[in-house]
Amino acid sequence: MTGALLPLFVAIPLTAAGITAFARPGRRWPLTVLLAVLAVHVAASALLLGATRDGEVYADGVGGWVPGIAIPFAADALSALMLTFTGALSLVCCWYAIASGVGRVRLFSPLVLAMIAGVNGALLTADAFNLFVFIEVMLMPSYGLLILARRGQGTERSVRGSRLYVTFNLFVSTLFLVGVGLVYATAGTVNLGLLAGAAKEDGRVAAAAAVALAALAMKAALVPTYGWLTRAYPSTSPAITALFSGLHTKVAVYAIYRLYAVIFDGDERWLLIGLVVCGVTVAVGAIASVGEQSMRSMLSFSMVSHLGYILVGVALFTPAGLAAGIFYLLHHMVVKAAQFLSAGAIEDTYGTDRIDRLRGIGRREPLVAATFAIAALSLAGLPPFSGFVAKLVLVIASIDAGQVLLAVVLIAASLITLLAMLRVWNAVFMSPVPEGESSTRRIPWSLAAPGAILAVVTIVLGLGAQLLIPLTEVAAEGLLDTTTYVEEVLR
Amino acid sequence: MILALSIGVLVAGAVFLMMSRSFIRVVLGFVLLSHAANLLLFSTGGTSRRAEPLGKSLDPVLTADPLPQAFVLTAIVISFAITIYLLSLAITGGRDEDDEDGDDA
Repeated sequence: MTGALLPLFVAIPLTAAGITAFARPGRRWPLTVLLAVLAVHVAASALLLGATRDGEVYADGVGGWVPGIAIPFAADALSALMLTFTGALSLVCCWYAIASGVGRVRLFSPLVLAMIAGVNGALLTADAFNLFVFIEVMLMPSYGLLILARRGQGTERSVRGSRLYVTFNLFVSTLFLVGVGLVYATAGTVNLGLLAGAAKEDGRVAAAAAVALAALAMKAALVPTYGWLTRAYPSTSPAITALFSGLHTKVAVYAIYRLYAVIFDGDERWLLIGLVVCGVTVAVGAIASVGEQSMRSMLSFSMVSHLGYILVGVALFTPAGLAAGIFYLLHHMVVKAAQFLSAGAIEDTYGTDRIDRLRGIGRREPLVAATFAIAALSLAGLPPFSGFVAKLVLVIASIDAGQVLLAVVLIAASLITLLAMLRVWNAVFMSPVPEGESSTRRIPWSLAAPGAILAVVTIVLGLGAQLLIPLTEVAAEGLLDTTTYVEEVLR
Repeated sequence: MILALSIGVLVAGAVFLMMSRSFIRVVLGFVLLSHAANLLLFSTGGTSRRAEPLGKSLDPVLTADPLPQAFVLTAIVISFAITIYLLSLAITGGRDEDDEDGDDA
């Protein structure tokens, strides 16, 4: 494995997107291409994970220019972990999308492939401006996916959600671009290798990079800018919500981890801001999720809360905190998608996801009910699921760092999450089947299986946490000590 | 100074337009905002050196910094594409201005 292969993570999906865009309507081969590319992606990132598991870093400067000007790609354990999980998750979500019919809309395959190219680029790049470009490459197809529907079946609701989503993301991207511009003005470079520790030494660079970080925090839906997520995500089709929940905000979270570790070198002076913002996000998201009337809105608010949990890791910036945050990030990608997919299977079959209109699902759909229950308990942090391990290591890390108040907030919020989940569980799943309703509608297994697979993954991650924790510890080491990363990028 | 003032005026206009209810105005606000961002990117390379960065024997004291120019070019292409998309969203939704708050309608 050499670094020179890294750009292929972007090049292959992008080429495939270009080819599949020319497919005639109704043809099935673009879906085959999509699934094949994703399968290769998962295999390649698993190999990359194997190659980086002892802390090695692979890098490549595209174009053969001198270090600092070339287009740098770099992969360490954190990028490899993220690549593996995003790839596997996209594969499962695409399966669901194809089964639910969204995947058969004409431009689905090229849009998803282009988005994957953007995600991979953002996870691998070692240059702040390229990060902006790759985030745009990721966002552009997602604007299309958001309103993707069969001819004549598009809804005004999805257009409205899309308007909010596009305008907000455009604003945030512009802010990020301004931040990158200011970093260039103050530091004279946007290469992460050359920027290493620059913000710790020079307050002007810190102020400039803070603009970029603020933009990423908005993209990661932290308080006070979380309203876009909770309004846009429920407005699109369930398959797309699940796909976005695993990719978009998580790329922003990854970028915050990377930029704070490299540019700020984990500067302790600003960590308190992160702790306060994350703590408030955790609390606000959890409380707001209790009062929602539809399943996907409830899940979106709960997602805001968990994004707060994930970023507590970087706000602590201790070895245990970072490893816990990364574990939480991976756990959350799997579990949230499992939940969105099980809620989506119900919505796609029964035509609504409003909590007050669904009754007796638990008796009719045991597999979907089990998936939802496992994911809900995992999110709330009960053993033996991965959420328990994730919350446990995070709470221990925050107590070790002396943040007892934060630990209290984290535990209280998970109880509130449990409350919100139980409310949905009692109303939708455990209630008796309404009398006189002789509906023969059943969720087909092809819609139930993708979520169920992810539910199995959360059990495996919970019982076999010892397999993943060493990897997250290596990834955290790479963030604490960026010397190897910087050396490889500048080689 | 002129550059800083123009960026300020553009941002002020953008914010004013974005605050309005009409989606077309919001789109126009984004056009102004992306212009402001591009001017800011432009100025990051320093505005005193203006000679073209082409050819063999370049004098770093006179030559303009080519990197911000490449940034701006990329940013222009991206914001142009998104503006077109926003405009198409503006015409597909129909009567948009007043019913934004009917979330679950």
